[in-house]
Amino acid sequence: MPSFVNPEKCDGCKALDKTACQYVCPNDLMVLNKDTMKAYNQEPDQCWECQCCVKICAQQAMDVRGYADFIPLGASVVPLRSSDSIMWTIKFRNGQIKRFKFPIRTTPEGKAEPAGGWDTKANIDDFTLFTEPASLGLETVAAPGTKTWKK
Amino acid sequence: MANFETVRVDTDVLILGGGMAACGAAVEAAYWAKKNNLKVTLVDKAAMDRSGAVAMGLSALNQYVGLRDGENTIKDYCDYVRNDLMGITREDLVASIARHVDSTIHLFEKWGLPIWKDEKGAYVHEGRWQLMINGESYKVVIAEAAKNALTQNGHEYFERVFITHPLVEGGRCVGAVGFSVRENKFYVFRAQAVLAAMGGAVGVFKPRSSGEGAGRAWYPPFNSGASAYFTLKAGAEMTCQEVRFIPVRFKDAYGPVGAWFLLFKSRATNALGENYMETRKAELDNWAPYGKVKPVPANLRNYLGMLDVMEGKGPIYMRTEEALGKIAEQYKDDKKAYAKKMKELESEAWEDFLDMTISQAMLWAATNVQPEEKPSEIAAAEPYFIGSHSGASGAWVSGPKDLAPPEYFWGYENMATVKGLFCAGDASGASSHKFSSGSHAEGRIAAKSAVRYVVKEKPGLANVSDATIEGLKDLVYKPLKLFEESQKKSTQADVNPGYIMPNQFRMRLQKLMDEYAGGVTAQFTTSGALCQRGLELLKTLKEDSASLGAKTLHDLMRCWENYHRMYQAEAHVRSILFREETRWPGYYFRSDKPKMDPNWQCFVNCVMDPKSEEWTMKKVPIKYIFA
Repeated sequence: MPSFVNPEKCDGCKALDKTACQYVCPNDLMVLNKDTMKAYNQEPDQCWECQCCVKICAQQAMDVRGYADFIPLGASVVPLRSSDSIMWTIKFRNGQIKRFKFPIRTTPEGKAEPAGGWDTKANIDDFTLFTEPASLGLETVAAPGTKTWKK
Repeated sequence: MANFETVRVDTDVLILGGGMAACGAAVEAAYWAKKNNLKVTLVDKAAMDRSGAVAMGLSALNQYVGLRDGENTIKDYCDYVRNDLMGITREDLVASIARHVDSTIHLFEKWGLPIWKDEKGAYVHEGRWQLMINGESYKVVIAEAAKNALTQNGHEYFERVFITHPLVEGGRCVGAVGFSVRENKFYVFRAQAVLAAMGGAVGVFKPRSSGEGAGRAWYPPFNSGASAYFTLKAGAEMTCQEVRFIPVRFKDAYGPVGAWFLLFKSRATNALGENYMETRKAELDNWAPYGKVKPVPANLRNYLGMLDVMEGKGPIYMRTEEALGKIAEQYKDDKKAYAKKMKELESEAWEDFLDMTISQAMLWAATNVQPEEKPSEIAAAEPYFIGSHSGASGAWVSGPKDLAPPEYFWGYENMATVKGLFCAGDASGASSHKFSSGSHAEGRIAAKSAVRYVVKEKPGLANVSDATIEGLKDLVYKPLKLFEESQKKSTQADVNPGYIMPNQFRMRLQKLMDEYAGGVTAQFTTSGALCQRGLELLKTLKEDSASLGAKTLHDLMRCWENYHRMYQAEAHVRSILFREETRWPGYYFRSDKPKMDPNWQCFVNCVMDPKSEEWTMKKVPIKYIFA
């Protein structure tokens, strides 16, 4: 059933106006059952197994059970995502464990500055874009006749 | 039925979509609009942090030209794209993207995307054009810059609003309508310019998987043909609707093969250990000149493997054990260096999966795969519509003034043949191999062009009559009404004589496309007769689309997604039928026209009359900008 919710851990994101999994799922699959205050995946056969819901769940109440039509049982792939890195724990069917940690960003969360510190030397009529040509690392945007165009 | 409030939003530049192209458009439009006292509004069907094709992440940036360091020229990129697409490409558009894509990638780095660097500080390449990244949060970072650009400049964005239809007045695109998938709200957006960037189409063809695995498409299942429908229904000319894309990936979970082919130098062989790229080399002569170039075009590589499968020589394996064995051989005298290298490579191989196809990691773990011990199966996926990759489908758009041949220029780059409608990413056609980075760059190009259009033409906001709005609102919510009215006709909600639920409708579409338009079970083979029969079946499907039923807003979104897919399907079948040749044999094979024909060295374009829904097909000459 692709992503699923552990009812013992899910608290329905009670402090929020909508649950985190509902907020993030790119395919609108997660729903909060208002009676039990637990979330669930309403359409498992449209789940991409992107784990966006698993990564965002503050309660770590979500996991993925591989697609039943082609993934044998017994494995798990669990992400633990922080503000600058992600740690993956992969458990094999035979019990073997692998663990990997990768960086996810080099700037503090929320601080992506659109211009990247570059000035724009362009006007609305030309084909030079916002932050160009500085962000290209070139004097001008490549155009026919420049050395960047054709050897 | 519940009451649905109509929410009217007036803006200047309306960006539809929230993926890479839309995020690029947001950053660019935010700047130019503010300078010109204009307002930008972006509408996403999901949450921008994790919407679009890059929602899960990616492990590489596939288009970087390297102009700064003289790595390549614009012409080099155009040559690569022209050859890979068997000659069918708009070089003016490809060059336009190529001259800006490096800027986009340098911005990504500033925003916080970790791009791998070597000891000297240079980007680490996976291939000639590909850069390695730690890409789990790729989309989060890019969306953050887009949202910051919008909010810091007084613009706005809406999430969880699904756009269903364009608003067109006097031959000009003047806005869009859609509905909230979370609240009882119907949205009417009026704008001076509209930029469509709502992605490609997945789920038009039957997936290889059944049951739960149906969601495991290589491209995401939430890319549901919204761009194609929107542009078609606005009356825009479309191009390359026959040029679908079929990726060959690790079988079933569709994990990436790039790292294995490019970093590990792995081979793929059939069950007999034969490398089809060698044993079938002569076949490439039949597809000259494109069969003769390096790298061999993606569709031809697919085709050689498919020929082995069709002869019963499968499975096709990625020879991971052989590739890793060769590396071990290189380090046989230095065990310590070998252990270090293997640790590095193992981490890279797993990150490739974990960044962009977590299911593949799950499948390897569930089947106890030790890549150094035995090979893993690869296979061709079902067809997708993704003009940003090695497919080419999308709207026919103007090129830039300084690059486009006169035939391809009508005032504003990336504007469709309908005034006021701009397209980028999977929404614009014949500009393949833009991938995520080039789509972002193209979004920027299209957005600046859209602002320029508004500043120069001052088109203003159109009057859209209340009757038009009410008519669209009734149409959009009709599936909910139908469900409510008919539910008492059956004791089981899924089987009812009054309506058809969207998932059943989708399966009917997928079955007919699979069988008649050359899907997986038809071994990617079709013919004129099969296409004709497919069109007959599509006609009745279209009639039955009036009976789509929805119990919830989520179902309602599914209804409209599948409605959109149906139009992508029709454009595809009509274009395959019109092009009387086989040009991309590894994407589809027309058994009645099995060879490439110089008479078809042209674009196939189509237009659907928005009112009568009659189609016009045409040949359009190719004008390269490089000799």
